[in-house]
Amino acid sequence: MIAIIDYGVGNLFSLSSSLKCIGAESVITADPEVIRKADRVILPGVGAFGDAVNKLRETGLDKIVIEQAESGKPLMGICLGMQLLFEKGYEYGVHEGLGLLKGNVVPMEGVIPEELNIPHMGWNKLDICRENTLLRNIKEGDCVYFVHSYYATDCDDSVIATAEYGANLTAAVQKGNVMGCQFHPEKSGKVGLNILKAFNEEGII
Amino acid sequence: MIRKRIIPCLDVKNGRVVKGVQFEGLNDVSSPVELAKYYSDNGADELVFYDITASFEERALFTDILREVASTIFIPLTVGGGINTVDDFDRVLKCGADKVSVNSGAIKNPELINEAAKKYGNQCVVLSVDVKRVDGQFTVFAKGGRENTGMEAIQWIKDCVARGAGEVVVNSIDTDGVKEGFDLEMLEVVCDAVNVPVIASGGAGCKEDFVTLFNQVPEISAGLAASIFHFGEVAIDDLKAELDKKDILVRL
Repeated sequence: MIAIIDYGVGNLFSLSSSLKCIGAESVITADPEVIRKADRVILPGVGAFGDAVNKLRETGLDKIVIEQAESGKPLMGICLGMQLLFEKGYEYGVHEGLGLLKGNVVPMEGVIPEELNIPHMGWNKLDICRENTLLRNIKEGDCVYFVHSYYATDCDDSVIATAEYGANLTAAVQKGNVMGCQFHPEKSGKVGLNILKAFNEEGII
Repeated sequence: MIRKRIIPCLDVKNGRVVKGVQFEGLNDVSSPVELAKYYSDNGADELVFYDITASFEERALFTDILREVASTIFIPLTVGGGINTVDDFDRVLKCGADKVSVNSGAIKNPELINEAAKKYGNQCVVLSVDVKRVDGQFTVFAKGGRENTGMEAIQWIKDCVARGAGEVVVNSIDTDGVKEGFDLEMLEVVCDAVNVPVIASGGAGCKEDFVTLFNQVPEISAGLAASIFHFGEVAIDDLKAELDKKDILVRL
């Protein structure tokens, strides 16, 4: 059972449909007991870093997510959910993240060439830079779907894949049982479904 | 680098996919769900799903079909037609849409773009605009191309982007259904005017038209078409192989 953390940001229809499609059981929940009983946890998220982390804190789910990560259970953040795993987010001010991974989330603006549109939106190729289990089904040249204006940097050794968009942007991270995708696996066709499968299968950690 | 996108457009009326030549003489083509799945399996990068009668007859979108599409295919989905309020955004986003396209609704009430962009982010708001040359001027048409608004198109598009539209679909009524290629002149003017992704629509008749589009107007993010895909004149996987061969960056 995969617990998809429901803290009132974004729409989880596609994520839960895609998990159903790969035969994974999932539940959208804010109940700590349901999350504790699940054998995997997904932290989704769209919107702004500060709003999202505040909502997590208001509901006390920040502590549950940290507790679950520390218990060794596979935890995956998606899009903003991945960004929240880091120490700090610099989106409309500076906000403390969950601090499960070393690194900060900063604007692309000023980092990528001016002629490139922000957000980084569309299909881009994953460049795998470190051996990992989350992307074990990914082949050279596989593309995934991104929509983001901020990216994780100073991530130490957790970066497992980048995407080239005027700079090598952090696309996926993994440190043991804590992992994340900046892109949307639930919107990345077969490639994305394969990543969700890898997360759901034995051997992810 | 971001791939150039190929987007089939599913115009839906009474739960079926239709495509009219120059917006008249609709032909029933297929089931939206089957067609969406077929396209997704064959390399479509995104799907656009329009309820083409919604703005004309004030009909609500068929959200059950949308929900079924979104639980079957896992690529980005844009929904348009009959989007007049932020509640309409909410309704289709809850059914699995990723982006919502506004056309007549924004013409009636441009504030809709500001409100929706504020609530869902610019990336969620797509401006769709039907443009036709009238006395040599690019002019905005409303209600599925039936009504001349008298508005100059480039200024309208710039205004909408300033309000928060994160992407623009430019449909040239002059080339739509003619199958002699995209309206390169119009598209180039739009690309020069705005700094958000521009999607070309109207006029594709063969694979070569997409090659010409991406070579002649390199700023274009995506090419959209309907009938040539629906009637099997161009297969999306063949088209993308051809683009790849011509060194245009696509997702294979």
